[in-house]
Amino acid sequence: MDLATLAQVLDSTLRLATPLLFACLAGLISERAGVFDIGLEGKILAAAFLAAAIAYVSGNVWLGVLAGIAVSVFMSLIHGVASITFRGNQLISGVAINFLAAGLTVVIAQNWFQQGGRTPSLTGDARMPTIDLPFAEALADVPVIGPIYGIFSGHAPLVYLAFLCVPATWFLLFRTRFGLRLRAVGENPAAVDTAGVSVIGLRFGAVAICGVLCGLAGAYLSTGLSAGFVKDMSAGRGYIALAAMIFAKWRPWHAMGAVLLFGLLEAVANRFQSIEVFGLALPVQVMQALPYILTVVILAGFVGRAIPPRAGGSPYVKEH
Amino acid sequence: MSSKRIPNWADVTLVPLVSVVLAFIISAILIWAIGESPWAAVKMMVDGAFGSSYGWGYTLYYATNFMFTGLAVAVAFQARLFNIGGEGQAALGGLGVALVLLYLPWPHWTLALLGASVGAALFGALWALIPGYLQAKRGSHIVITTIMFNFIAASFLNYMLVNFLRPVGSQDPSSPRFPDATSLPKLHEILGLFGIPFSKVPPVNISLLIAVGLCFAVWWMLWRTRLGYQIRALGESEPAAQYAGISPARITIIVMLISGGLAGLMALNNVMGEQERLVLNAVEGAGFIGIAVALMGRNHPFGVFLAAILFGFLYQGGAELALWTGIPRELIVVIQALVILFTGALDNMVRIPIAKLFSLRRAG
Repeated sequence: MDLATLAQVLDSTLRLATPLLFACLAGLISERAGVFDIGLEGKILAAAFLAAAIAYVSGNVWLGVLAGIAVSVFMSLIHGVASITFRGNQLISGVAINFLAAGLTVVIAQNWFQQGGRTPSLTGDARMPTIDLPFAEALADVPVIGPIYGIFSGHAPLVYLAFLCVPATWFLLFRTRFGLRLRAVGENPAAVDTAGVSVIGLRFGAVAICGVLCGLAGAYLSTGLSAGFVKDMSAGRGYIALAAMIFAKWRPWHAMGAVLLFGLLEAVANRFQSIEVFGLALPVQVMQALPYILTVVILAGFVGRAIPPRAGGSPYVKEH
Repeated sequence: MSSKRIPNWADVTLVPLVSVVLAFIISAILIWAIGESPWAAVKMMVDGAFGSSYGWGYTLYYATNFMFTGLAVAVAFQARLFNIGGEGQAALGGLGVALVLLYLPWPHWTLALLGASVGAALFGALWALIPGYLQAKRGSHIVITTIMFNFIAASFLNYMLVNFLRPVGSQDPSSPRFPDATSLPKLHEILGLFGIPFSKVPPVNISLLIAVGLCFAVWWMLWRTRLGYQIRALGESEPAAQYAGISPARITIIVMLISGGLAGLMALNNVMGEQERLVLNAVEGAGFIGIAVALMGRNHPFGVFLAAILFGFLYQGGAELALWTGIPRELIVVIQALVILFTGALDNMVRIPIAKLFSLRRAG
């Protein structure tokens, strides 16, 4: 692999990691508050569709992003009502949200645009612009530094926002009062309740933040990474994000590492049909399955056990 | 859980019924919103699914798939295990069927069916064994591991088809056709023996009878055997089961083997019965529909049977809708999602008002 190819692969790694990173942090915040969310996939998909649809109709990508966030938060609230208010099974609710998005996006897209469940291609201002970092032009010809700097330059604003969300999430969770309470509600909701803080309110807050982040993931997917929505375009990214979250053991900085690894695997799998590792030909299917295999290994606890927040998955019932 | 009591009959019939009605009302609103008539849509679906033996044939073909996967999810739910991996287990069952039928000589379809059943159940069970073992021995959450195994199964199947099963020179990632001797009798042939005419087109075949038989077998296993008692005891309360001398780890692994085996057996219907070769994505989401079917059927094998017929109707009716109107097939996915949402996650939303009604009546 020559240097130019390597730079291209790393460049696309950053892009592919972006929706994963948003979704991974979304799941992380929700699960830290004790609400399991396997509906990340569905929210990404719904946001991708509405973002592309509104961007196309209005010709303004940012209106599209807002619409994507709105629909994702709405779906989060369905999840919240089912699993927090009515104390339903959080996993089943997540499954329902995934199917709801998979079905509704195609039904509505077909009815709206009559193109077999996709939106028309986005062009011009309906597509997400890219930002060139300062001096990228000037440094381009400098050996070593130029190509490396080039990897980081020329991405959509949401790519930079995603990576800024990592320290922001860390700060929110570990340096603010809200974060402390949020983590407490995922470990021991009864203690939070005893302290006079609303468990329901905190959990809804976490679920809403999760919705916003999934909305950004979906919006970037259809307006930045691609130019328009196609059926099932989330393609399992919500589940990979879930895998990355477990891989990172629910910690923001590690989450960034995990999504970069999974993004790299996807970038390599997109570019090469098979790759030689230590003289062994690795078929493309192995690279596609690797995030999932690694997650199972981590979950099995053979390499550093992953222990989820203690109250995760169980609704809170106040004692009478 | 609400402390108010609901009579048993209402719990079994009224609660799921109200949930399904709610799901259908929202679906009707959706159909109306995209400019079609809900009433005409329902009529077309019923006509398409039950109006002819052709429609019935497809309805029953789909229902057969859903009985297998619905039973798989229901058995696991009885032990309070959520097996989302039916999709991957059914895909691996297909691989088992293909290997058995392609690499062993079969003189007659009856023997082939026997061999294929062993292959399908074995591969499906093995694919569920690893998540089951990890849940039992390492405490790895079965929902996450079975989701991961669905994706690993898809990649694995892709790899096997492209590198081993695909005939030389073929572009299509699918296996060669199975030998003619392994072709399963279709329903019209079986009914023909009794002089009953039936459409020859639909792929519904003898697997339907196997699926119905399995509904009985699973009921018998759950409510008439020691193992079934242990499974249900574990589902009710793990500490109580442990106190009664039941090993949760052992039962967890056994339940997952049974569940995976049932999902794997679906391959008899779609791979051996319909396509007669292994293709990519042969399962087409039937593993996930099993979740809706099990929830609606209240995890009871007879409930699963009825819910599978309902979803068979939705699938065949939905296909007709997509053919004749502007309503895409994905409408069925929406209905499926709403059924899962209302019968699974929003159960209390339906249950609490019904419980209130009953307590009012008792008081009055």
